[in-house]
Amino acid sequence: MSDPKHDAEHDAKEKAPFAGTGLIKGMAVTAKNFVGSYFDKKRLTTVQYPEERETLKENFRNVPFLIFDQDPEAGLRCVACKICEIECPPQCIYIELELDEKGQSLKRPKVFDVDFTVCMNCGICAETCPFEAIKMDSEFELSTTDRFLSQLADKHKLSKSNEYYHQIKPTEAAAVDAKLAAKKKPPPPKAAAPAATASAPAPAPASASASAPEEKK
Amino acid sequence: MEAIDQIFVNAKSFIVSTLESLGLPDWLTLLIGMVLPATLVVIVFPATFAFLTWLERKILGRIQNRYGPNRTGPWGILQPVADGLKMLIKEDIVPRAADKLLHGLAPILVVVPAVVVFAFLPFGRNMVPADTDVALLFFFAVSSISTLALFMAGWGSRNKYSRLGAMRSIAQMISYELPLLLAAVPVVMIVGSLRLTEVVSAQATEGFFGSFTNWFVFTPWGFVGFLAFFVAGMAETNRSPFDLAEGESEIIAGFHTEYSGFKFALFFLAEYLSAIAMSGLAAVLFLGGWNGPEVLPSWLWFFGKIMVLLTIMIWIRGTFPRLRVDQLMGFSWKFLLPLSLVNIFATGVWFWTRASIPGFAGKAAAFGIAAVVLLVTYVFLARINAGPAVQKRTYRYADL
Repeated sequence: MSDPKHDAEHDAKEKAPFAGTGLIKGMAVTAKNFVGSYFDKKRLTTVQYPEERETLKENFRNVPFLIFDQDPEAGLRCVACKICEIECPPQCIYIELELDEKGQSLKRPKVFDVDFTVCMNCGICAETCPFEAIKMDSEFELSTTDRFLSQLADKHKLSKSNEYYHQIKPTEAAAVDAKLAAKKKPPPPKAAAPAATASAPAPAPASASASAPEEKK
Repeated sequence: MEAIDQIFVNAKSFIVSTLESLGLPDWLTLLIGMVLPATLVVIVFPATFAFLTWLERKILGRIQNRYGPNRTGPWGILQPVADGLKMLIKEDIVPRAADKLLHGLAPILVVVPAVVVFAFLPFGRNMVPADTDVALLFFFAVSSISTLALFMAGWGSRNKYSRLGAMRSIAQMISYELPLLLAAVPVVMIVGSLRLTEVVSAQATEGFFGSFTNWFVFTPWGFVGFLAFFVAGMAETNRSPFDLAEGESEIIAGFHTEYSGFKFALFFLAEYLSAIAMSGLAAVLFLGGWNGPEVLPSWLWFFGKIMVLLTIMIWIRGTFPRLRVDQLMGFSWKFLLPLSLVNIFATGVWFWTRASIPGFAGKAAAFGIAAVVLLVTYVFLARINAGPAVQKRTYRYADL
């Protein structure tokens, strides 16, 4: 406020000779905006939504979805560990584990429901998932005429391919793929020398798998 | 041109004479002759109102670098239809504590004077629904009824915001009625009649250029009178920046807080109708009424002038923020009122100079004297109304 240029400007304004010039100036500004909006397209920043759309930012997230590789049924990455179900703050996820006839876990969900009316789009499920199976979608046009069941997404509705994930969030998906590839590589050397290091690797996965859900409680 | 100019007049006389030849009783043909122009007024001006709501939203949108309504029909032109349908099917809520009679009567009473005043406006050559010799007086008398209706609405609603808005509107109407009337007085002085058709014919002369050089707005007193009349008229019809009675950012919606559905639509209609009527009167008094170069029919000239004035009103609405109550009162009593009083004096001087000095010299002298008197008054009033000079604000911490 103390720079001389501004002071000079201020003084000049104070000496404005004729009453009402301020009103005319104001009218000129609005007239300029009015005429300008017809010639300068940059002035009209409104996006005419259903017809025009801005491309979504990669970080935009809405409701979660499940990723599958190749086959939508067998390729589902989810193992029904229920970490996301436990972690979900508004408790909008419901998972049932699929068992075979003997009562053995098939490591895949029989039921995986997300209630979109409850989901608050926090993304904690995607953060906690140790298998990169659940990710945040950028689909936002979810309105329906039915308030209840149409917003309850089941396993089939939630399952989307890894290609789709690459399509909506290329950077993140590439990072996830690299991570998964790195995880897959170790087994071959481990299998080559199972006896030598039998005691060393054994506790590590055990503690990891045990502590992961426990810690988060 | 003559045929188009008189198309409505001829149509009316044709209908009336046909009915007469059919053997209808005299009183009935007379009644039909009276009802026909009234019907036209009741159809044309609400239609103008509908168009105006669209125009206003469009212009305000563009001023704010938005599109304005553009979903209903081309350029959103069908927006008023959608709005009207919405208004009609909305629930009509009457507060339990409200005075039912006043609450129900107010919207009707606010529309009636707004429509009635159109009876006195000359829309074109030979086109005036009621050519009385006290038209101007009647116009002001009838239009001031709407103040009563606004207060009825505010009082009957039993709502503090409604009442605040109503009280504000009373204060505002009384304050601006004076400069409005006094701004119109010079015209009456010069014309020597309250009949609006005579006011119009006093501003007409022969020839292409003559048809607009004689408008009163091109005289010093007419110019000042027009500005004072226009501003006071805007305040009188509750147009922004004088919309304190509504003041949606302060008192919700003022006097029509408790109105919904069609009753609200009636208030809306009345506000716009009185704005149209006020523009029409300003056009009649100062802009030559239906006079204009004979490239357009007279009624089109009149409507064109009304639309220009209304567009300026919308432009002003899009530019200036709402006045404070004290600024509103001060502007009326300390600026407009003395200015219009001096304007009456200047008009007298102008007329006397022209009458006593013959020829062009008299005209020039009259123009000069009146202009100087009014200019000095304007500058003086602006000077004494200007608040204390704005001190340069110093900040103790923010500048660091």
